[in-house]
Amino acid sequence: MSYCKQEGKDRIIFVTKEDHEAPSNAELVEDDPNDPYEDHGLILPNGDINWNCPCLGGMASGPCGQQFKEAFSCFHYSTEEVKGSECIEHFRNMQECMQKYPELYPQEDESDGATSGGADTAPAEPTGTDEASAPTSPTGDVTTTGTESAAAS
Amino acid sequence: MFNCRTAWNKLAPLARASSTVCRQSGKREVSRHVRRPLFARRAQMSSRATGGGGEDKFYVLLVGAACAAGGVYVYYTVSGDKARYDERLAQISRRQHRQAEPSPAPTQAQQEVAADTALESTKASEPAPVSAPGPVDPALPEFPGHAPYLLIGGGTASFAAARSIRARDPGARVLIVTEEADLPYMRPPLSKELWFSDDPSVTETLRFKQWNGKERSIYFQPPSFYVSPSTLETVENGGVAVLTNRKVVHMDVRGSRVKLSDGAEISYDKCLIATGGVPRNLQVIERAGEEVKRRTTLFRKIEDFRALEKASRELKSVTVIGGGFLGSELACALGRRSTDLGLEVVQMFPEKGNMGKVLPEYLSNWTTEKVKKEGVTVLTDAVVKRVSFEDDKVQIKLKDGRVVKTDHIVAAVGLEPNVALARSAGLEVDSDFGGYRVNAELQARSNIWVAGDAACFYDIKLGRRRVEHHDHAVVSGRLAGENMTGAHKPYWHQSMFWSDLGPDVGYEAIGIVDSSLPTVGVFTKATAKDTPRAVTELSGTGIRSESETEAVAGVVAGAVAGAVSVSAGAPAPPTQQEENYGKGVIFYLRDKVVVGIVLWNVFNRMPIARKIIKDGEEHVDLNEVAKLFNIHED
Repeated sequence: MSYCKQEGKDRIIFVTKEDHEAPSNAELVEDDPNDPYEDHGLILPNGDINWNCPCLGGMASGPCGQQFKEAFSCFHYSTEEVKGSECIEHFRNMQECMQKYPELYPQEDESDGATSGGADTAPAEPTGTDEASAPTSPTGDVTTTGTESAAAS
Repeated sequence: MFNCRTAWNKLAPLARASSTVCRQSGKREVSRHVRRPLFARRAQMSSRATGGGGEDKFYVLLVGAACAAGGVYVYYTVSGDKARYDERLAQISRRQHRQAEPSPAPTQAQQEVAADTALESTKASEPAPVSAPGPVDPALPEFPGHAPYLLIGGGTASFAAARSIRARDPGARVLIVTEEADLPYMRPPLSKELWFSDDPSVTETLRFKQWNGKERSIYFQPPSFYVSPSTLETVENGGVAVLTNRKVVHMDVRGSRVKLSDGAEISYDKCLIATGGVPRNLQVIERAGEEVKRRTTLFRKIEDFRALEKASRELKSVTVIGGGFLGSELACALGRRSTDLGLEVVQMFPEKGNMGKVLPEYLSNWTTEKVKKEGVTVLTDAVVKRVSFEDDKVQIKLKDGRVVKTDHIVAAVGLEPNVALARSAGLEVDSDFGGYRVNAELQARSNIWVAGDAACFYDIKLGRRRVEHHDHAVVSGRLAGENMTGAHKPYWHQSMFWSDLGPDVGYEAIGIVDSSLPTVGVFTKATAKDTPRAVTELSGTGIRSESETEAVAGVVAGAVAGAVSVSAGAPAPPTQQEENYGKGVIFYLRDKVVVGIVLWNVFNRMPIARKIIKDGEEHVDLNEVAKLFNIHED
């Protein structure tokens, strides 16, 4: 059973699990999906990619940012049956660039940059090798970009 | 002399040419003249002998024009050559100047590196060598004279802005100018994780292991992320360059340029001031003399961490003055080492309890007890009256008569925002909160923005404020970067902050968290999963402002991680939560509206808290609002 006490201007309420079982009747203001000020996730309301999303870490801003943006845009707007199949060249450029900076893009992570940024399914070619390793080292995936996403939020 | 020689060289071919022309035209004229009289003699007896003064004049005019044109040509060529010559000399002298710098200090790797590329300004004796980004072309200037995006200050806000600019403006060229010798790094680990590391070389590597075993560096990016300032203007696709060990001393807003301490000037198109602040000191310490000041650390930077870490190993007693976030965290960190090191740790502050200005009294008292359990001697209601150095000890005399004898003082009594450029730039400084006064879009004037600790900004929801937290630096830096690339967005996404009192108790907070406001706290018993350690294991990061984004980044990965670490991880540590305040939510109210929320041992609920503050509604029953947090669920 919950009970209250008042210490000066501060009120303290102690509750048990049962006290909080009933759903809340507190009313929250409805969110406007087109709020221009709101920080959006990876995809903006108009369908574009939000390159500034913290979830991308530093992928779009690093030395290989240009290649990453090209590859990912191509994939995002791809309407082929196998999504992104015409983007192989871009992904290859991106991989080549990333291999030049092994410190920034650790090798097991090189194609994961595209997946950790993407909310949707991974592009066909580069992540083939990563899918097997994904379930066993997910914190690894998420955190090897950790050094990049340090300032993410 | 050079002029004469070039003039002569330039003139000679011309002279030859013109003399040939002269001779040829002369011959033609002469032949004409010669021919004419022969023809004319028969027809016109009265014609002039030389064959026409008109032609003569024309000839003179032609030669005169040719000479004038030649003279003009010579003049321009010579002056162009002179300009190129002067520039070449200047380049050579700059190159000599730069090459002279490293040679007198070959053993001081750090300085040499700073002089050469200004990128590899990492520790001098780093065991893990950082790869150098290629030799600098001596013909290039050390840094550009113009930067499209100039960021003054090399801290968290600046780095976040640089990243934001690069994400939104493809190929952007961003120059960060910092007083420090280090590349941009994050501060929270300096008073938290770095102290919990078992690695003896942590002061060199500045890498720390989080609770879940994952290692990371305090530097946001390794040196290879950045481009060299000398190549910033030319490198394809642009980049971010960091110019270290340079202080901006003057800002000319009308001319859009800044001046460095060595006299060099850099002009800009868009400028961000993210100069942060300088730790405050107590007057009594300032007046106490050299011996005391030598034994005092004003904690903020990497070098302060190194000094204090060394002091903690070598000395017998350390006193922390200050009961806020930094003071309490350092006291706890030192306290945990106190038994191993045989170190006495004392913390003193004027308030009644730790975090007295932030947490309501009952929680502040509870927190103080927790800090004491970490091995710290806590002196509350302690106002320092006098500090002196006697009998080989620093003596701190309090107003109520108590005396503390210690070997080293750490002063954590606040931050003075750095507004040194306000005068020369003509920027407004806020009298209530300190810092540069900027509008809701973080703009001080056209093309000048301010972010981070130094910005006193207008928060549309909560009013004018200045925030000194890591996440705010990231959020405001990112926003400034967006606005510098044309976004025109106000401060909207509310930043949060967090603090851990060791691995077992921690809290996250958002909004205005001021203990002078009326509060309503809703508490329940805690379980083993309600600890900072557990939450770090789950999210994979100790920087808790990131645990949200890490969740967004890999929703599937996160769920799998949760399953993996909870089921296969180490047994959860037993919680010492016999008190009532196991976990809960505390609401801070201003005119019955929630303006601040503290989540006490409740993690990953920040989005709900953010939403409640954003709504700005009056809620009648805050227990109902607390239900939204599902504090009983994991």
